Amino acid sequence: MTATTNHQGARLRRWLHLGFCAAVLIFLVAPVLVVIPLSFNAEPYFTFTEGMLRLDPDAWSLRWYNNVLSEGRWLPALGKSLLIGAAATIIATTLGTLAALGLSSPAMPGRGIVMAVLLSPMVTPIIITAAGMSFFYSDLGLGQTHTALILAHAVLGAPFVVISVSASLSGYNHDLNRAAANLGADAWTTLRRVQLPLIAPGVATGALFAFATSFDEVVVVLFIGGPDQRTIPREMWSGIREQISPEILAVATFLIVFAALLLTAVNWLRQRDYARTS
Amino acid sequence: MAFPLNSSLLNNRRLRAGLLAAPLVLFVAVTFLAPLAAMLVRSVHEPAVARALPQTLGALAQWDGRELPGKAVFRIAGSEFVALNERRALGSVATRVNRLESGMRSTLLGTARALAAEPPGDSWRQAMIAADPDWAEVSSWLALRRAGEAVTPRHYLNALDLDRGGAGEIVRQPEDRRIYVSLLLRTFAISTAITAICLLLAYPLAWLLAHARPRRAGFLLLLVLVPFWTSLLVRTTSWIVLLQNQGVINDLLVALGILAEEQRLALIYNMTGTIIAMVHVLLPFMILPLYSIMRTIPDRHMQAAASLGASHWQALRRVYWPQSLPGVAAGSLLVFILCIGFYITPALVGGRTGQLVSSMIAYHMEQSLNWGLAAALGGILLLLVALLYVIYDRLVGIEKLSLN
Repeated sequence: MTATTNHQGARLRRWLHLGFCAAVLIFLVAPVLVVIPLSFNAEPYFTFTEGMLRLDPDAWSLRWYNNVLSEGRWLPALGKSLLIGAAATIIATTLGTLAALGLSSPAMPGRGIVMAVLLSPMVTPIIITAAGMSFFYSDLGLGQTHTALILAHAVLGAPFVVISVSASLSGYNHDLNRAAANLGADAWTTLRRVQLPLIAPGVATGALFAFATSFDEVVVVLFIGGPDQRTIPREMWSGIREQISPEILAVATFLIVFAALLLTAVNWLRQRDYARTS
Repeated sequence: MAFPLNSSLLNNRRLRAGLLAAPLVLFVAVTFLAPLAAMLVRSVHEPAVARALPQTLGALAQWDGRELPGKAVFRIAGSEFVALNERRALGSVATRVNRLESGMRSTLLGTARALAAEPPGDSWRQAMIAADPDWAEVSSWLALRRAGEAVTPRHYLNALDLDRGGAGEIVRQPEDRRIYVSLLLRTFAISTAITAICLLLAYPLAWLLAHARPRRAGFLLLLVLVPFWTSLLVRTTSWIVLLQNQGVINDLLVALGILAEEQRLALIYNMTGTIIAMVHVLLPFMILPLYSIMRTIPDRHMQAAASLGASHWQALRRVYWPQSLPGVAAGSLLVFILCIGFYITPALVGGRTGQLVSSMIAYHMEQSLNWGLAAALGGILLLLVALLYVIYDRLVGIEKLSLN
């Protein structure tokens, strides 16, 4: 008797638990997905029209995508985002990978404090970083330049490279370095021919993280960028703040697809990394 | 002989490791720490007025501050105002003095214009008081003198709703000007609430992820990561679309007959909007640390507790929860740290009532142009975050800060 009620109680609990988790997952994913169908709205509304719900083909359209492509601000913005993102990623990935290699060595002096300093840009509120940078770069006469923005985005992205390369290196067998040295390789050759190929997936993951960071960064752009630094997030920001138009939803859909591609790439890289280290 | 060889080898390795890390350390120092330092300098150093009015401030330095300054001071100050105004440099000085004593902006500019239009003969004092009676007030001169202090704690005082009285003692701001302490407290309260909501939503889900079969867990984890990878601006846009007055949720509630047309809920551009959108943004930062700790708790522990006669809740409370605490601490601290400095989401969906302290920093940076105050508010926020960061390092370890 009690066993049955216990059993029923356990089942009820299990269903409640699953239902709760389903609700949380819907809360996480649905808001991202709802933007996609709405971006094909023929009307300038942010909700499903009756026609859309009836699947009336006239209620759906590509007009906002047309606007995005024909209007002269989104494509230049994409170009600037890509340029700044690529430059920042190269700097962040190079410096971040080297630092992670150093930090992975058991002989690294002051490891804890160095790590804390290198990762601090990731947890410092972006508004503080942006305010400080706006003082700093305008004092240097570098306000409103690509250079300042690239340096800023590089330092924001570098922690992600340090983390993902460090994770890759945590499975690295340091005997390999000694083996390479015994075989006559100098430090540089060991790095290039032994270490880097093994941690390549971690480096690539870090680079994707760094690029995604720059590609989505708006506050520093607002504070130190000028009219020549109108990136995609900058345009979205003013679109949302001033006059939100369904064009924003079309751009958002593009960014969701971009995020999905990034996530797929990172997942694939992680599996490769896992396969290699285990 | 082996000894010195070993130690030189070790030194060699140390040097190499240090040299590998050095470029990024240097880069972070120059492009990140130096800007933070620049901000902290701004929060206590404001030399603009001191540079613009060197003679006036020099003359005021000897003044006792109790009665009106002597005639000579009036003459020096008046002629310096006129000269500055001719170079169009008085405006920014006037704005800064005005922050200490409202009304001083028009006093300064008006006086400079009046003195230029009709140069006073020998009594500058009379002419200035005629141009603006504020010059007969001791407080005007005190404000001028204080605005001229190049190194000053006043931005920090202002950021804590304090000010200095006539004799330099610290007093509280008048009631209607006390805004920052309550804003800081509100930021804390909201961050706590958001962290608690995230924990409540994340805990059961992280459990499911941690104890599901690997393939299903992989799929569910992917669902958690989708919003994590999606642009923050996109997610914020989504919430505007969903929550606004004519948005999807209100439309749905009206269509289902739950709400009448005129009862549409105000879900956005207020605190509700800020909390909903921020929980959504920060939830993955709670789920992932919880998941990585829970994964290490064997299923067997709960079974063992049950076979020893513990009810499900007892087992959960006494066996599972204590073991998951490191994950709870890691996730909560991380979410709280990210919360108290959050800017983008509140700025876009918070309206007037849903703002945190970060919005005030942005306001003083961009609108009021009171950079010293912005820097002081930033300095206070930075101190809080740094403290939490140290706690996180002690409790969880910085190297666990992998957000993926």
